[in-house]
Amino acid sequence: MVDIRSGTGEPIGPAEVEDVELYHPHSWWTRYVFSQDAKIIAIQYASTAIAIGMVALVLSWLMRLQLGFPGAFAFIDADRYYQFITMHGMIMVIYLLTALFLGGFGNYLIPLMLGARDMVFPYANMLSYWLYLLAVLVLVASFFAPGGPTGAGWTLYPPQAVLSGTPGGKDWGIILMLSSLILFIIGFTMGGLNYVVTVLQGRARGMTLMRMPLTVWGIFTATVMALLAFPALFVACVMMLFDRVLGTSFFMPAIVEMGEQLQHGGGSPILFQHLFWFFGHPEVYIVALPAFGIVSDLISTHARKNIFGYRMMVWAIVIIGALSFIVWAHHMYVSGMNPYFGFFFATTTLIIAVPTAIKVYNWVLTLWRGDIHLTLPMLFALAFIVTFVNGGLTGLFLGNVVVDVPLSDTMFVVAHFHMVMGVAPILVIFGAIYHWYPKITGRMLNGLMGHLHFWVTFIGAYLIFFPMHYLGLIGVPRRYYEMGETAFVPASAHTLNEFITIMVLVVGAAQIIFLFNLVWSIRHGREAGGNPWRATTLEWQTPETPPRHGNWGKELPVVYRWAYDYSVPGAPEDFIPQNQPGSAGLAPEGAS
Amino acid sequence: MSAETHSPVRQPLHRPTGLAGLAADWASDQRAFKNVSWGKAMMWIFLLSDTFIFGCFLIAYMSARMSTAVPWPNPSEVFALHIGGTDVPLILIAIMTFILISSSGTMAMAVNFGYRRDRKKTALLMLLTALFGATFVGMQAFEWTKLITEGVRPWGNPWGAAQFGSTFFMITGFHGTHVTIGVIFLLIIARKVWRGDFDTGRRGFFTSRKGQYEIVEITGLYWHFVDLVWVFIFAFFYLW
Ligand code: HEM
Ligand SMILES: [Cu+2]
Repeated sequence: MVDIRSGTGEPIGPAEVEDVELYHPHSWWTRYVFSQDAKIIAIQYASTAIAIGMVALVLSWLMRLQLGFPGAFAFIDADRYYQFITMHGMIMVIYLLTALFLGGFGNYLIPLMLGARDMVFPYANMLSYWLYLLAVLVLVASFFAPGGPTGAGWTLYPPQAVLSGTPGGKDWGIILMLSSLILFIIGFTMGGLNYVVTVLQGRARGMTLMRMPLTVWGIFTATVMALLAFPALFVACVMMLFDRVLGTSFFMPAIVEMGEQLQHGGGSPILFQHLFWFFGHPEVYIVALPAFGIVSDLISTHARKNIFGYRMMVWAIVIIGALSFIVWAHHMYVSGMNPYFGFFFATTTLIIAVPTAIKVYNWVLTLWRGDIHLTLPMLFALAFIVTFVNGGLTGLFLGNVVVDVPLSDTMFVVAHFHMVMGVAPILVIFGAIYHWYPKITGRMLNGLMGHLHFWVTFIGAYLIFFPMHYLGLIGVPRRYYEMGETAFVPASAHTLNEFITIMVLVVGAAQIIFLFNLVWSIRHGREAGGNPWRATTLEWQTPETPPRHGNWGKELPVVYRWAYDYSVPGAPEDFIPQNQPGSAGLAPEGAS
Repeated sequence: MSAETHSPVRQPLHRPTGLAGLAADWASDQRAFKNVSWGKAMMWIFLLSDTFIFGCFLIAYMSARMSTAVPWPNPSEVFALHIGGTDVPLILIAIMTFILISSSGTMAMAVNFGYRRDRKKTALLMLLTALFGATFVGMQAFEWTKLITEGVRPWGNPWGAAQFGSTFFMITGFHGTHVTIGVIFLLIIARKVWRGDFDTGRRGFFTSRKGQYEIVEITGLYWHFVDLVWVFIFAFFYLW
């Protein structure tokens, strides 16, 4: 690994690209609102994502209130419950997690970590945010439209999604949902192209791909995947929109609705499922890979040790990204499929577990005999590993056709995906915010509130989602407004449901503390200085904190080493910044 | 910080050729694709993403056509024109395809003259390309009108599977939108070339960045792509 760490003695090449001249804003509006600075765009993306994420959080409280205390809240009727489920799922997956990881962290960290002044096309980057905001507004509008938002489930399966039995099916709900997704995809593409080209073509001198921090690798790979997976969703949305608005029959078979034969005929609902999941499964990793990358950096920094098996980590990210395009039909085991396909998709699904497991081992081996500082980012990173392993193991259950068939559409599935793609990435987001907040604002987040937030969230999340595995095993179905009387579900299950709901409210309260902390610390947090975690990566070496427009002073940084020179024997400090020349690295240019 | 060019300042140090060169480029700093500007890289990646969109559309179409339980209208009858007393199958589409492919030729010439800094010829050839494109869209509109007057609708048609009309309008419509956007782009860039923006370093209205003649080539990439997609649509829709 020596060659990665400190180069091979080969001199660093000259600048291949002239320094770009950035757009310099002339007014408050172009500086803070219609800003072309990736850092401002990142904050805009993140604030919008968190705001809409709060809506999804409140919706989950309402759902849980119904499940824990059925009928106690008159305004939550069955239709509303389905609307809440749908909006909760869709917002969490797309408008919160995807937008926050790629639009938020991607925009903030890619240029800084690579030693660039900005994204390559700041104007398109700005448009990306405004289209995202528009998508969010269209989504929010559906709450106020006649008939309310769609209640089709976040998977929006036709034919029910556009029929009158489903809330919003024959009203505005589904139309607004699909339009919002289309806008989101167009907006994301503008940003995504920027992230990819910046990584490929806009790095600093000395910054080779194999010296990039894993955070950038994760975000980069996820963005490439998103650029290839969102097209399928785009096409599915366009076609369903036509089915609903123009009366085409792409996804609509001949069907009788409320005793009436509809005009549709000959379409294939399964086609939608294929398109949706060709997007939907990679989407899971679009959310997971940035989390993997970030968590690697958090662990390495806060355990003061180089990441174990950097190259392996990079290849694992790339291989997971590639494999995740050929597993999608594991979401369709119960949809009716040729058994050979089931066999194929079960096999590929289980193969993905291999690179994923490698990553987990490498995180643990990084921690092994590290100088572990139990800072808040570290706590969240550790919590992530535990939660992710947990969700990954239940994923192995569900990846097998015979095991999945009885478990499909039960609370077991809800428990599984909340662990693996709900709680786990959210924990990383929290960790990342605690980690980079000092760079973004110049101040530390309050530690007391932070610890309260961490422990309640982590333990609470387990108390919420762990029992759901059990509920699923005894057969409690998913997406049910109300259980009613059943022979196979004991009364004790209901007590459990009440308990889960109470925990949900407790965990919810902890998030309020977190939001308060975010606002409070901007003014009252402890001054952080430029590099409070004593980290190696470039974003901590900026001349100013928070970094100014253009990120670096007159000179762009030059990179001499990989991102993980922690606790190097013989070095005066336990970290060596990437841009520090010297014995362990290459001689500075012109010195030889 | 003088100019905004993304062109190489200096060649990177020793660059081997062949596979070793590829590996060396990817292992190098700053850029994975040497001598590829940001704009060009972005266009290539966008086109890759767009390929997936068209790919999904076409796969959806094929799956509808292969699984249909009612007869699929016969393209060579549906797309025939009645000329001089006989039905000439696919004649309109043949002309449209010819025009679009010719426009790729004029586009390629425009790129060539652009790099020679021949402003007039570049702009004129781009205008000619745009004209071909607009003609294509016009003929597309003619074909749509013809089919609509014959009773083809997105939700049904007189001859068989309803998906015939829906996929036809959707896919050709999506492609036609691409061509239209391309025409608008061509006109804008042609104007800039004509005015000499890329020689005087005039800044873009939106981006306030200086442009370069390379934008002609980037527009060309998009244009050739739209052409190529048409060949696939043509093959799968009309010849199948
Ligand atoms: C405190 C946090 C959360 C709680 C209490 C919660 C609760 C719930 C509940 C009660 C359901 C409906 C289960 C059913 O009846 O079928 C649900 C569904 C869902 N949740 Fe969450 N959730 C939380 C966070 C998240 C996060 C962070 C994500 C991000 C991936 C997420 C994604 C989903 C999805 C995709 C569905 C499925 C929606 C559907 O069936 O259409 N949730 N959640
Ligand atoms: Cu999956």
